Amino acid sequence: MSLSRADIENIARLARLELTEAEIPVYVDSLSKIFAFVGELDRAPTSGIAPMAHPLPGLAQRLRTDEVREPNCRDTYQQNAPQVEAGLYLVPKVIE
Amino acid sequence: MSAPAATVAALAKGLAAGEYSSVELTRAYLERIAAAQPALNAFVTITSEAALAAAAAADAARAKSQTGRLTGVPIAHKDIFCTEGIRTTCGSKMLANFVSPYDASVVAGLRGAGTVMLGKLNMDEFAMGSSNETSFFGAVHNPWDTTMVPGGSSGGSAASVAARIVPAATATDTGGSIRQPAALCGVTGIKPTYGRCSRYGMIAFASSLDQAGLITVSAEDAALLLGPMSGFDPRDSTSVERAVPDYTTTLGDSLEGLTIGLVKEFFDKGLDATNEQRIRDAIAVFEKLGARAREVSCPHLPLSVPTYYVVAPAECSSNLARFDGVRFGHRCESPKNLLDLYCRSRGEGFGAEVKRRIMTGTYVLSAGYYDAYYLKAQRVRQLISADFAQAFQSCDLLFGPTSPTPAFAIGAKFDDPITMYLNDIYTIGANLAGLPGMSIPCGFVDGLPVGLQILGPHFSEARMLNAAHRYQQETDWHLRVPAAFA
Repeated sequence: MSLSRADIENIARLARLELTEAEIPVYVDSLSKIFAFVGELDRAPTSGIAPMAHPLPGLAQRLRTDEVREPNCRDTYQQNAPQVEAGLYLVPKVIE
Repeated sequence: MSAPAATVAALAKGLAAGEYSSVELTRAYLERIAAAQPALNAFVTITSEAALAAAAAADAARAKSQTGRLTGVPIAHKDIFCTEGIRTTCGSKMLANFVSPYDASVVAGLRGAGTVMLGKLNMDEFAMGSSNETSFFGAVHNPWDTTMVPGGSSGGSAASVAARIVPAATATDTGGSIRQPAALCGVTGIKPTYGRCSRYGMIAFASSLDQAGLITVSAEDAALLLGPMSGFDPRDSTSVERAVPDYTTTLGDSLEGLTIGLVKEFFDKGLDATNEQRIRDAIAVFEKLGARAREVSCPHLPLSVPTYYVVAPAECSSNLARFDGVRFGHRCESPKNLLDLYCRSRGEGFGAEVKRRIMTGTYVLSAGYYDAYYLKAQRVRQLISADFAQAFQSCDLLFGPTSPTPAFAIGAKFDDPITMYLNDIYTIGANLAGLPGMSIPCGFVDGLPVGLQILGPHFSEARMLNAAHRYQQETDWHLRVPAAFA
C-alpha cells in the first residue's frame, strides 16, 4: 500500500501536527512501508472472532460513588502552564 | 567508600548489619553515576540533594528501628514515572520543563518501602523505540560496548543496572521495553501481568499494553522490589483487585516436574544461530533442575508485530492528544491562532518517531479505515491471546529468546522503522495477551549479552521469579559486569 503526499498532509491535519517540508517525503515513505507491513494481517481469517480491546477480558469496569473526593489543585497544576492569568489558561483569541 | 557491585539483597543486608549507612551508600552510587554519565548518558536528571536527604532520613529511621527490608537502598526511576517536585520528561522536548505535581503510585510504593531515589533515567521518547536512540536527551550507550545500543525503551534503566551505577531501576514495557533492553545489557528484567502495578502517574503510551516493572541484577532483587510496587490502586481503572504475594518466599521452590513450553515460532529463521545456542544451553540447565521441556506452537504469533503496530499507535494517538500546548508541555512562539498553537506546539515538541506513531494511529482510527485496520488487529489480538491460553493448558511456563540478535550498533537501524520494529518480534505477544514476562542473562555472543525470555500465565510472577532464581543459583551470567565498569 502506498500513501501520497496529500494523504500525509491530511493525516497530519487530523493529528494536529505541523510538518516541515523536509518531513513530508520521509513520512510518505515510512508510513507506506508500515501499512504494507501491517497488511499482513489480511492473511489471518478472523470471521466470527470478537475484537479484543483489553488483555484481561474478565475484568469488569469499576464504578465509584458520585461524591467529591479530589481537592482543587488548580494553582499547583498551573505552575506547569505556559501562560496563565487570574487562574485562567490563556490561548490566542478564538472568537473574532 | 566505593559503591559495591552488589545486589539489592546484599545491600539490604549490609545496611541492616551496619556495614555502611544509606548516606554513605547513596553518595558512593552518586559518584559512580557522575563518573559514568559521559560514557553512558543513562540519566536525564540526577537528584543528588533529594537522594542524600532521603538517605539521611532512612538512616534516622534505622536508628529508631523503624525499618523495612528495603530501607535506605538506592534505586532510580525511568523518567516516564511522575515524581513530585522533580522534572519528569518522558524523554521528550514536549515535557523538557515539566515538574510533576504528584508521584506515580509505583514511585510512592517504592518510597514507602524505604528506597532512596538517585534520579530519573533516560529512555526512548514517550517509550517509543527499541534502541534508546529517540530520546530528546540523546542516545544511551550499552556498557558492554559503548558503540552499541542498550535496547529500548528502558535503555537508561538497563544500562545503569548493567554498569552497576544503580542497584536496581524501575522500567515500563508496552511491547518489550523492559525485556529487550534487559537482554541487550545482560541484566534481569520483569514485566508483570497487565493490571498488577498501577499505571497512575506513569505517562501513558498505549493504555491496554503499558505495564510497569523492574530491571535488576537478579531475580531475587526483582522479588524484593516487586511487592511494594504492586497491588490494587483505585486511581487506575484497570488495576486488578488481587492480593500481592511475598515473591521472596517461593524463590527457592523446586523445579521438579515444571513443564517448559518451547514456542516453535520463537525459534524461527530470524533467530541468530549463536543466540539460539545460548538459549538451548539455558534450557538444559532447567532440565538438570528437574524441568521437562516440550515444543508447543502459537501459530498466530508471527502476526504479533503487525497487530501491535496498529493497536499501539491507535492508543498512542489518543493518549498523546492531551499535549496541546495549553495546560502543560511545550508551547510554540507567537501562535497566530488556536489551531496554529496546537499544530506547531505538537510539531515542535514531538520527535520524529513519536510523530510517526501518532500519524499511524490517527490513520487507522480515521473514517473508512477503522474496520480494516483497528478492528482487524483487535481480532488477531484475540487469536494470539487464545494461542497462549492453549499453550498454557499443557505448559507451566513458555521459554524462548528475548531478542533475535544481541545489541546492534548505534545508528544501524535508526532510519528503517520496520527493521527497528522487528526487534520486538519475540516480546510483543506477551503485551497483547497481558501476560507476565521476564528476560534473564544466559550467556554471551562476541562479548555481548544474550537474554532468555520466560513467559507465564496471568499472575504467575512468583513461579517465573522462582524459575529464574533457581537458574541464577546454577549460573553466574547475571553477575558478570562490563570490564569498563567493574
